[in-house]
Amino acid sequence: MQVTMTINGQEVSEEIEPRLLLVHFIRDQLGLTGTHWGCDTSNCGTCVVLIDGEPVKSCTQLAAMASGHDITTVEGLEVDGELDPVQEGFMQCHGLQCGFCTPGMMLTARALLNADPDPSEEVIREAISGQICRCTGYSTIVRSIQWAADHETDVSVGSAS
Amino acid sequence: MQVPAPFEYERATSVEHAIALRTQLGEEARFIAGGHSLLPMMKLRLANPEYLIDINDLDELFYITRADDEIRIGAMTRHRELLDSDLLAEHFPIFRDAEKVIADPVVRNRGTLGGSLCQADPSEDLSAVCTTLDASCVIKSTDGERIVSMQDFHVGPYETAVGDTEMLTEIRIPLKAGGGSAYEKVERRAGDWAVVSSGVAVWMSNGTIDDGRVGLAAVGPNTTSIGPVAEALRGAAPSEEFYEQVGEIAAANCSPQTDQRGTAAYKTHLAKELTRRSLRRAVARAQGQEA
Amino acid sequence: MTTTEPAPDTTEEERPIGFGRLLRKEDPRLIRGMGNFVDDISLDGMLHLAILRSPVAHARIVSIDTSAAEAHPKVVAVITGEDLAAQGLAWMPTLSNDTQAVLATDKVRFQHQEVAFVVAEDRYSARDALELIDVEYDWLDPVVDVRTALDADVPVIRDDLDGKTDNHIFDWETGDEAATNAVFDSADVVVSEEIIYPRVHPAPMETCGCVADVERVSGQLTLWCTSQAPHAHRTVYALVAGLPEHKIRVIAPDIGGGFGNKVPIYPGYVCAIVASLVIGKPVKWMEDRTENLVSTGFARDYVMNADIAATKEGKILAVRTNVLADHGAFNGVAAPTKYPAGFFGVFTGSYDLEAAYAKMTAVYTNKAPGGVAYACSFRITEAVYLVERIVDCLAHELDMDPAELRLKNFIKPDQFPYETKTGWVYDSGDYEPAMRKAMEMAGYDELRREQAEKRERGELMGIGVSFFTEAVGAGPRKDMDILGLGMADGCELRIHPTGKAVVRLSVKTQGQGHETTFAQIVAEEIGIPPEDIEVVHGDTDNTPFGLGTYGSRSTPVSGAAAALVTRKVRDKAQIIASGMLEVSVADLQWDKGAFSVKGDPTKSVTIQDIAMRAHGAGDLPDGLEGGLEAQICYNPENLTYPFGAYICVVDIDPDTAVVKVRRFIAVDDCGTQINPMIIEGQVHGGLADGVGMAMMEMIAFDEDGNCLGGSLMDYLIPTALETPDWETGHTVTPSPHHPIGAKGIGESATVGSPPAVVNAIVDALKPYGIRHADMPLTPSRVWEAMQGNHTPPI
Repeated sequence: MQVTMTINGQEVSEEIEPRLLLVHFIRDQLGLTGTHWGCDTSNCGTCVVLIDGEPVKSCTQLAAMASGHDITTVEGLEVDGELDPVQEGFMQCHGLQCGFCTPGMMLTARALLNADPDPSEEVIREAISGQICRCTGYSTIVRSIQWAADHETDVSVGSAS
Repeated sequence: MQVPAPFEYERATSVEHAIALRTQLGEEARFIAGGHSLLPMMKLRLANPEYLIDINDLDELFYITRADDEIRIGAMTRHRELLDSDLLAEHFPIFRDAEKVIADPVVRNRGTLGGSLCQADPSEDLSAVCTTLDASCVIKSTDGERIVSMQDFHVGPYETAVGDTEMLTEIRIPLKAGGGSAYEKVERRAGDWAVVSSGVAVWMSNGTIDDGRVGLAAVGPNTTSIGPVAEALRGAAPSEEFYEQVGEIAAANCSPQTDQRGTAAYKTHLAKELTRRSLRRAVARAQGQEA
Repeated sequence: MTTTEPAPDTTEEERPIGFGRLLRKEDPRLIRGMGNFVDDISLDGMLHLAILRSPVAHARIVSIDTSAAEAHPKVVAVITGEDLAAQGLAWMPTLSNDTQAVLATDKVRFQHQEVAFVVAEDRYSARDALELIDVEYDWLDPVVDVRTALDADVPVIRDDLDGKTDNHIFDWETGDEAATNAVFDSADVVVSEEIIYPRVHPAPMETCGCVADVERVSGQLTLWCTSQAPHAHRTVYALVAGLPEHKIRVIAPDIGGGFGNKVPIYPGYVCAIVASLVIGKPVKWMEDRTENLVSTGFARDYVMNADIAATKEGKILAVRTNVLADHGAFNGVAAPTKYPAGFFGVFTGSYDLEAAYAKMTAVYTNKAPGGVAYACSFRITEAVYLVERIVDCLAHELDMDPAELRLKNFIKPDQFPYETKTGWVYDSGDYEPAMRKAMEMAGYDELRREQAEKRERGELMGIGVSFFTEAVGAGPRKDMDILGLGMADGCELRIHPTGKAVVRLSVKTQGQGHETTFAQIVAEEIGIPPEDIEVVHGDTDNTPFGLGTYGSRSTPVSGAAAALVTRKVRDKAQIIASGMLEVSVADLQWDKGAFSVKGDPTKSVTIQDIAMRAHGAGDLPDGLEGGLEAQICYNPENLTYPFGAYICVVDIDPDTAVVKVRRFIAVDDCGTQINPMIIEGQVHGGLADGVGMAMMEMIAFDEDGNCLGGSLMDYLIPTALETPDWETGHTVTPSPHHPIGAKGIGESATVGSPPAVVNAIVDALKPYGIRHADMPLTPSRVWEAMQGNHTPPI
């Protein structure tokens, strides 16, 4: 079947098998390997992408279901050579180690900040609670997102508007 | 990674179209809503439908509205919308209590009320909530629609009253004066299924409980609303001793099993303790004492 | 220093040339999604491999019918154990010199054991074809309970081993049994407890996998692999396949966490290599999450009977333990050859004892093989948990404050180097200041007052203390090898003519930040800015030999190598500088980055000047070759012994038994600090592991040997909601034998935190008279403990 969707602002149209998971469509068919997968059961969140601005676990969506929608992956966070404040925050505050969960974490952070520019620590922890990081113990991820909140620019990738 | 077996995919454009597809494709077809229950089952090849009918475009099934004496919720309403709804929080705060502890925020962006109920997992929270609230389910087919109570909706674990040519389209919750409700859950970790959870709804007047219901999850083959609890609640005056008694009735009327989430003894204890807590809070809310 | 505030922005001026807080060189690619993980690799014509696994724990294979799978239009090959046996490849060595089936030939010995594999054009088809393979099994009784594995009437799991008539693997002992028993016999107080460390799993976010590409004509194998030890892997492949090392190139690209899980060689890697060899195309194998949890290296699984002897005043005299170790169906423990129980011998902890003795029996069961570390230097997690738990049991019996009891028994600073009663020589330590600092950060006395008040009101609050000493940085090669390979590490440094540098390591980051830390080590020693130093690692064709990253050994071993190779280069630079400045070598002084003439600082040359001279035209001092580079292989003279004091504060709902970790204070001493930001990150991650193991992580089995922890729905890992904002601090006690005094930090927190959490929970339950409860302390287990049952069935 044919699917057509917008990925990081670019329209793509591809022939796929109906059962193709969105994460595989993004990684294997489009070659955007920044989106990872880490479990099969929607528990780990390494595969999070934004669909119409909302974080979604792309291992638990069919590419077919995403047809007609607007997808943002980690590759779409940097705009015209400008890093998203979330990306900068993760570097500044050591919010990543192996970097495997990082794309999903950053996309959830971006969606959070779009909805709530000044989230409390509690709100941040809740927002990322569907995503597992084995390296950082989360504190530095929380700090990274706080850093981004303190350094927001007019960048607003993936916002629904 | 695990991947589903092959299937054909159709995207429904209306409820009528969805039902027509289902009727035409028969028992080998399944609706896919949020996908967060069905797709994991398909990856494990525990579910192998030949056709998936995507109902995510059915805008007509995304709503939470008030109609005279009931709240109506479209089957495609997502967890996130149930959590955020002030209308629901005003009338049935049990929804917000429960939604805060269902899965995780990202899953809540996709998972739907209808999908949760149709999965019919005995540990599933919204089934307990809807049972507690005496909700009814609107099931449509080409023959029209029928309305089924929550008790009748869940036929057994992972089995519902929705037939092969039917579709769950709406959940209706009766609005009655003096209501209060609450939900308590114990989980091993955020996002885990309930070890046990307990929802309570009461309807009060003049300091007395006119009517009340309890729904427990993860304590038996199906989400359980316990008859004896409802009987005990009717006409009772709330007190700490009374909450304790009701908790004991709840515990005495469930049949949990030992598994990795907990021992049967612990779950029985939780049925009592969580029912006591939910009841206390539901009464407080009915009396306007707690948000 | 307490570091709980969000980090400040790093400005250009603050960027250190050498040690200090420095943003990571790895990050720019990773935050852009430009990392290169194994599953990101896609080669022309690449095929996909999927493994069929046994549904049962113990069964004889009667027949395998692959015909339907072979008929699948997208299937290229289906291979069974019989096919491999024909090539002599059905079995492979484990890291402990046992054998492990690549694919089962005779019988399956654990649930999810590898039985056959499919190679197909795409990964979906490979999966589909697994459904088409029909295997007939003849069910055998499984051995699941480690306590009965040596009973006379149980089945022999390893009947493939010549003459094997039971499930015994080894007995091991350390310390002086008679002396220890004598101390116990005359002690005022003896406390005993059975302490179980359940089977857990490292579960890195990236599962294991590889891409194997055998070039048909040259026979060259390139293997991109999730390996923490690429050189060791290459040599094992060379030995098994009889190929020269230069025909094998192992590349570990970006790795999504390892924690010990990516140390062993797994059957899947061998299958992919065989498939590529047979088919002549690149073959990718990636585990799914279930495969990772149910078949690759688990950790722990010790049943430990612990005894502690003390005077009634609280002087600890001796510790004794008897351990039953469940190694699963194949002995795949990752440990130096002479140490079948790893470094469990450090179970004497941080205390000055009169005697100690441990005895261990390891057995086979019908469970997945492994026994790797899980962010733990070779069984030290078990050792530290044992001693820190039994010390708390002693405090309970003596009604002493657990922090005071520890302070009273620490090895004193003037006793270092300190030889323990089991023969380990702790290099350096100053324990009391670390303990006092943690207590001060925690507000220990105030917490105890708060606890007393809460107890009056029936509220449950617990304060858990642990103090650990780790042994990391394996190892001196005379004592330590894996499969005969000495545990030393090479390092090579080249300074280019323009003064930029490339340093090549034998170790491999899986998130620890080697590309940054090692650049800083070189920078500290030679004064070249870290951004001008490229760190090459994870590619056997481009790095010197060494045993890889695990057991916190990168900084203690490879870090030492990096410092020493840089000094070697600097020595040569000094000779060149003496020629340039026309003074003798002895008249030069080193100011980071430049040599100057003693007494005349205006006469100086920078390392960049020297680099150009080393490669440029013009004379060099007599007898000196051109170029500015060196290579060494570093053999550590001893392990390093990091330590730390941890305090955990929990609150427990007395009615639901739900535990909330309110605070966690960690004071670590890893000797000299290279990058405090990275050190703090390493500690944080380990603390989360500790909360996970103490409260939720466990690979359980039912009575038929079915694994109950086969997904992240069942194997729970903490989220941001179970973990507090960590409060960290440090002291610095350099290692006397490490060239820069660094000790390693990768695993300290994983080792030290589980007992702190458990001690806190048990402390909270003191009003119930509870002295011990076994991990994982889920709400159900806490509640069962409150009912007097400390090891419930599940």
